[in-house]
Amino acid sequence: MRVLVAMSGGVDSAMAAALLVEAGHDVTGVHLKMADTPSGLPGKGCCTLDDARDARRVADRLGIPFYVWDLSAPFRARVVDDFVAEYAAGRTPNPCIRCNERVKYAALLARARAVGFDALATGHHVRLSSDATGAAHLWRAVDRAKDQTYVLYMATQDQLAHTRWPVGEYPKAQLRAMAAERGLPVAAKPDSTDVCFIPSGDLGGFLRPRLGQRTGAFVGPDGAVVGSHDGAYRFTVGQRRGLGLGGVGEPWYVTAIAGDDVFVGPRALLERATVTATACSWIAGAPPTGRVAAQVRYRGVPLPCELTVTGPDSVELAFADERPVGVAAGQAVVVYDGDECLGGGTIAGSSP
Amino acid sequence: MTVYLDHAATTPLDPGVLAAMRPYLEHEHGNPSSLHAVGRVARAAVEHAREQVAAALGVTPLEVVFTGGGTESDNAAVKGIAWAAREAGRGRHVVTTAIEHPAVLESVRWLAQSHAFEVTVVAPEPDGVVDAERLLAAVRADTVLVSVMAANNEIGTLQPLDVVGPALRDRGVVLHTDAVQAFGRAPLDVDGWGIGALSLSAHKFNGPKGVGVLVLRRDVPVQPLLSGGGQERGVRSGTLNAAGIVGCGGAAALTAATAADEVVRLRALRDRLAGALLGVDGVTLNGSATRRLPHNAAVAVAGCDGEALLLALDAAGVAVSTGSACQSGAAEPSHVLTAIGAPTDRAHLRFTLGRTTTDDDVDTAAAAFADAVKRLRDAGGGYA
Repeated sequence: MRVLVAMSGGVDSAMAAALLVEAGHDVTGVHLKMADTPSGLPGKGCCTLDDARDARRVADRLGIPFYVWDLSAPFRARVVDDFVAEYAAGRTPNPCIRCNERVKYAALLARARAVGFDALATGHHVRLSSDATGAAHLWRAVDRAKDQTYVLYMATQDQLAHTRWPVGEYPKAQLRAMAAERGLPVAAKPDSTDVCFIPSGDLGGFLRPRLGQRTGAFVGPDGAVVGSHDGAYRFTVGQRRGLGLGGVGEPWYVTAIAGDDVFVGPRALLERATVTATACSWIAGAPPTGRVAAQVRYRGVPLPCELTVTGPDSVELAFADERPVGVAAGQAVVVYDGDECLGGGTIAGSSP
Repeated sequence: MTVYLDHAATTPLDPGVLAAMRPYLEHEHGNPSSLHAVGRVARAAVEHAREQVAAALGVTPLEVVFTGGGTESDNAAVKGIAWAAREAGRGRHVVTTAIEHPAVLESVRWLAQSHAFEVTVVAPEPDGVVDAERLLAAVRADTVLVSVMAANNEIGTLQPLDVVGPALRDRGVVLHTDAVQAFGRAPLDVDGWGIGALSLSAHKFNGPKGVGVLVLRRDVPVQPLLSGGGQERGVRSGTLNAAGIVGCGGAAALTAATAADEVVRLRALRDRLAGALLGVDGVTLNGSATRRLPHNAAVAVAGCDGEALLLALDAAGVAVSTGSACQSGAAEPSHVLTAIGAPTDRAHLRFTLGRTTTDDDVDTAAAAFADAVKRLRDAGGGYA
């Protein structure tokens, strides 16, 4: 099979390529240049040259063809601009999901198939299987701490039939050891973290020049203004740190954002009994019914709930027992049955 | 078997040229500047190569300076001539064109930014040819250098040196030309056109990489880029790369001896290829169809993405190029295509033929191209 592997320059995608080569596939590597970050040479905007070079050296080592594709323009338009616009609208976007949907997974797969590849592989930590009917199923990674089903819930049957995710079968530590055994130069490379286009991790510093100063009020649980801030976009529902509201006894959290108003209150106010989701996508092609488990943030815990279909691509999730906290509009709610990822959607709203 | 149609990027080393180089890699290790017998052997080989290059260009051997490549030759000419002219108080204005190789454009930009030169960059016409009158109109009383390439490396268009050169000579302004792509493929009359300085790169004409030529006429003062032992008339210090220079000389001689037949052969092959490429719906030629290098077919392809098309052809064993590669290896938008106003929503591919190209190569490439374009269009492309 002809497989295109998206190689970030990290150990996971390097091992994805290595495992596919060892399985006898005809493998080609591609590094996606996503951003114009400084290369160290004045006047030249290239991607992170170290990552591109690492990926190239792994490809050399594996003896596979290798290309760099400049996707910085679609990445900016489809991921970064969307990220900023979502914050401006008071939501909390998940750029990794947008990126998988619009650049790195779905769109790259379309291009790979257009160019004549049978499948696309990435270094994502998820597992795939197919049942007796040939239908694909998406599962959490063996290494639960690395699981990335949350950012790939939007995959369709057609896409999954042309996808390979070999590294989800292994714990990260074992992948590093396997990379070292194979002499891959990225075996000891640190894991990437956070949002790739904000390497400093300073979200406020990234958004401020793009969204400007937008003064607003902190509103307490009783409706009283308890302080002011310089931009609602700096806050996320569930956030405790960095509010600058001292001396109120019990810690306060951001409970809601509406326009320039940031509502704050005790943790109890964060709990949500129902969550509504739009733009839903289901791995099986149709929504599951009845009792499932739903996860409202990337590193969250799935909680049991009842799923009701409310529209062609929208659902409501009713939590009976433990209720989720930190439900932020714009984030994904992803639905599971045990270790199997069934699909999900974008959180539109929630109620206590 | 790979069909290699990227001869504007580099060409295979000719086996005869390699054979001529071999002794200077294997056992003739002398430094050509040494005065003893061992050195004299190397010196003789270098001087023979210099005569070969001089004969191929119709200049005298002393006007041939060996460098480390085309980029170095361009830098040495543009910066060196401009500096020397400013030292002599003759002015600080330089004229060039928007489609020059980066080695020229960046050198000129650097003169402007760091050395207070004034620069006029003349845009080409939409067919990729610079208008001679417009270029000459940019020349002022304080212009010390005009740098115009003989032929463009991306779209293959020939520039009007035959008109520009004599006019500049009459006005006493030095003309430098980057002839890296043109040598052996288009007429070059260094004497008749009044060219003051000219750059070549050996690996573009079946010689080795890492060797360049700077032809520098005797009446053109230049300040050297490199300070050192004063080799090569003091213009290019550094121990001479004997084996590389021997290869450069051999390749220049081979190119000159075969150019007349080779140009006819390449043009016929190119016309056959271009006919097939342009026969595919939505494919157009970039640059003039007539004022163009005989081995170049540069096309714009509607409804396709350049990177995807390049990959598809590469996978089919056909090596061509799109744009120019940046440091990470991604293809960058080309300043040449921008300068001629080429549409940005198309794939731009460059096919360049060479000494080893056959009829079969051309037919294989044309078939692979048609197939890849069809498949990409049928699939709708991922990012187009």
